[in-house]
Amino acid sequence: MKQKLRILISKPGLDGHDRGAKYIARALKDAGYEVIYTGIRQSPEAIAKTAIQEDVDFVGLSLLSGAHNELFPEVVRTIREAGGNNIVIFGGGVIPEDDIADLQKNGISAIFTTGTPVQTVIDFIENQREQISH
Amino acid sequence: MIPLAEDVLAGQTRAIARAISRVENGHPDKEALIDALYPHGGTSLILGLTGPPGSGKSSLLDLLIDKERSAGKSIAVIAVDPTSPFSGGAILGDRLRMQKHATDDHVFIRSMASRGHLGGVAGATSDAIKVLDAAGFDIIIIETIGVGQTEIDIVELSDIVMLVLVPGLGDEIQALKAGVMEIGDIFIVNKSDRDDADKVKAHIEYVLNFKYMEKPDQKNPIVMTSAVKQDGINTLRDTIQTYYQTILNNGMLEQKRKQRIKAEIKNLITAKIKSKVEAFLHDQGSIEAMVDGLYEKKRSPYAIINEKLNRFLQEKQSI
Amino acid sequence: MDINKIINHKTKWEKSTLKKVLEKFPERKDDFSTGSWVPVERVAIPETFDADQYLDKIGFPGEYPFTRGVQPTMYRGRLWTMRQYAGFGSAEESNKRYKYLLNQGQTGLSVAFDLPTQIGYDSDDSHSIGEVGKVGVAIDTLEDMEILFDGIPLDKVSTSMTINAPASVLLAFYIAVGEKNGVSKDQLRGTIQNDILKEYIARGTYIFPPKPSLRLITNIFEYCSAEIPKWNTISISGYHIREAGSTAAQEVAFTLADGIEYIKAAVKAGLDVDKFAGRLSFFFNAHNDLLEEVAKFRAARRIWAKIMKEKFGAQNERSMMLRFHTQTGGSTLTAQQPDNNIVRVTIQTLAAVLGGTQSLHTNSKDEALGLPTEQAVRIALRTQQIVAHESGITHSVDPLAGSYHVESLTDKIEDEVWTYLNKIEELGGMVQAIEAGYVQKEIQDAAYKYQREIEDNKRILVGVNEFKVEDPMPDDILKVDPELRKRQIEKVTKVRENRNSDQVQQKLEALGQAAVDPSANLMPYIIDAAKSYATLGEICNVLRNEFGEHQESIVL
Repeated sequence: MKQKLRILISKPGLDGHDRGAKYIARALKDAGYEVIYTGIRQSPEAIAKTAIQEDVDFVGLSLLSGAHNELFPEVVRTIREAGGNNIVIFGGGVIPEDDIADLQKNGISAIFTTGTPVQTVIDFIENQREQISH
Repeated sequence: MIPLAEDVLAGQTRAIARAISRVENGHPDKEALIDALYPHGGTSLILGLTGPPGSGKSSLLDLLIDKERSAGKSIAVIAVDPTSPFSGGAILGDRLRMQKHATDDHVFIRSMASRGHLGGVAGATSDAIKVLDAAGFDIIIIETIGVGQTEIDIVELSDIVMLVLVPGLGDEIQALKAGVMEIGDIFIVNKSDRDDADKVKAHIEYVLNFKYMEKPDQKNPIVMTSAVKQDGINTLRDTIQTYYQTILNNGMLEQKRKQRIKAEIKNLITAKIKSKVEAFLHDQGSIEAMVDGLYEKKRSPYAIINEKLNRFLQEKQSI
Repeated sequence: MDINKIINHKTKWEKSTLKKVLEKFPERKDDFSTGSWVPVERVAIPETFDADQYLDKIGFPGEYPFTRGVQPTMYRGRLWTMRQYAGFGSAEESNKRYKYLLNQGQTGLSVAFDLPTQIGYDSDDSHSIGEVGKVGVAIDTLEDMEILFDGIPLDKVSTSMTINAPASVLLAFYIAVGEKNGVSKDQLRGTIQNDILKEYIARGTYIFPPKPSLRLITNIFEYCSAEIPKWNTISISGYHIREAGSTAAQEVAFTLADGIEYIKAAVKAGLDVDKFAGRLSFFFNAHNDLLEEVAKFRAARRIWAKIMKEKFGAQNERSMMLRFHTQTGGSTLTAQQPDNNIVRVTIQTLAAVLGGTQSLHTNSKDEALGLPTEQAVRIALRTQQIVAHESGITHSVDPLAGSYHVESLTDKIEDEVWTYLNKIEELGGMVQAIEAGYVQKEIQDAAYKYQREIEDNKRILVGVNEFKVEDPMPDDILKVDPELRKRQIEKVTKVRENRNSDQVQQKLEALGQAAVDPSANLMPYIIDAAKSYATLGEICNVLRNEFGEHQESIVL
């Protein structure tokens, strides 16, 4: 039997537009994953500690306010610092093309911008499955 | 001792979380891990929190954590949500209402999907409690799925079960009659700001009066709370403490815990034998031959089954 | 006239003319429905010729139930207010953009605040990291507000401020700026959004729990009706509910349900309905399904008039009028082929105008990518101007009235809205319905269904799941200077150093004491604190200590 993957979906920063986050949470549940949803306005520290306690394999961050360049890398840093070295972190939202390369350099494995089909996210998760160890 | 167990005993969050994943996923190390941890447990107070969906369990829990934290206690929560029978996935959303405690190092919250287990908790909940107990939390709280009458597992897992009821769910009265009442040690009427909260309380009292006609001093406490207005939470905490002292002093706690161990021994033995026998039959590939023998009436059922089991016992000298 | 004649003919037509065609040429789909899944008739016919019913349901503009509009002449008298929501970065930069927009012929200002301001955090608060100046302008103290409106005649423009949880504080800043520039309170015109319930439902910039939040709102109603009579004290917003994925009918239903809750709170606090209800305004979304949107606006007016008259016993006609601002649908914009968004915005503009809006913001084509550039904002404003001056749809009041299809859609949406309103009433009102997660769940379900339809190609979005091209993303995206937070922190630190801190302390303490007394109106205390250069965060923290903070409740 395939290992059940656990995914944390969270919204760092202050923006309350959670339509996308809720949609992806629900769609990933329908794709067979165990999804933990934290709600909006989460600090990087809260996200990191949640990821560790829940022992998730993936963390998905959604942000539409434009604060991603500051906050996404900060979340990566706090998760790694808390010992979540194997956790795969991806992001989504209103993210200009220009910013993507830098975010990837800073530990965000993938960025899914507005309009990305959920299957693309699922394919990404499945491609990483091999690297997940328990 | 396996290193992970040592780290759990040292109270390392990441190790505790990892250990729970191992028991959840049936990792090869699982039994060794639990055996290493088990002797160090026994110090946590284990509370069960159950009640129908929409009764405000998570919000109540959030407030109870506030109170226990002010009193300096460390708390672990296991919040169970249902796994979808269609996709096998789950949305674990209970922690959302407790998320303000996420950055508190003395609060550990773990969401758990039922993964097909019936009874309001997950199959791994029992072992997860052992991990948290060994890690030294003062209080462990299990929040069940909350689908109602079948959530009896929580009785076997916890020292004290809190049953949350709310006004406005007409069928709750039905549930009261149908025996959910049996599982509660402490009754909580949440949303006490609603008009008909007193009616729910009166109903519970009525049932309890009937049940404890002979020994009214043992009647279970009823607490009125409002998570929205943050009322009654201190009373709830005091009630838990008092109840705990009572069952500690009158020997009921010991009796309960022994009962729990007894049930678990039985469950584990049965489950283990079942899986071993199934594996044996599968390996031998002999089930088809048995079916044919019985179908053609060449063999009789008990003879063939006993013969098979004897073979199993001879070949399997140990588990 | 005999309606049955028409019905009989339709049956005949279906059996002959239509049948023949359908046999040879089946229709594109089995079911046709609006963007929000309201079933649509192939060919609508009148349902009645009853004159009384016409007068009851449709009537005349400027008269109850206001289905055809709130003014008798509508755009023949005065065009709607063209009001582009704008603000980003520092007060200086935003001030420049406002002056530009006024020069381009815009007739009102609409201020966007950054998220820390909207949630009552100063720029130097740790919560503000990454967010300062991003989705709007950063305001920490009265000084920022003075810069923001520098050189703008507050007695001439009307200013709309998208501010909710700390609405009282920003209004206090505005009043203080006015006073400094010699504009008295009774000359100030504008709107504060001040709609906290939809923040819990859909937008997320809440601070306090519902009960103290409703008190603050009621305080504002009371204060403004006495002191700033031309101020619109609330803009009850469906916009964000729709953005969160609701249907058109849900947008109306949940918005009106919020409105009902505000009125209940104010009446309970002892205010006379006719004293404040005329200053309530609404804010809706305009999506692409043109006729459904027009029907939605018409239905909303009719329902609100009825609620005010029958439920709250309003006597004054103005109390019954649903006046509203519209913004075109941000969630309908696509990051793919952004030029297509100009066309979408045009359709949505038509919907808002045919629906009788009082003011309008048109989105810029590049908003799915980031903050809009000046050039994109201009096209958006020009879209309104073309519809206003070239399209001709402004010549006749409510020109789609009497369209069998539009009238039937209006009725259908009205029915659905009443069903929701009754359900919410059963749950004990909107606050309870939100706390139980009911409203959020209804919206999420609609949003999920919508997104699934796109993923399954059952709903075509041009450029997204059909008619796709590989186009590079445009590179002229407006970026906010990442150093802005540092500068803003310097600014607020300086204000803190230069002000009379004893006085600030004293004003904040007075506010804290007033907050404890539920019968006190907090507005005068907040204005005092604002004038003493207390920061937004300081004022909000006093209230946080007293009121506590709201925690999200959703059911996924």
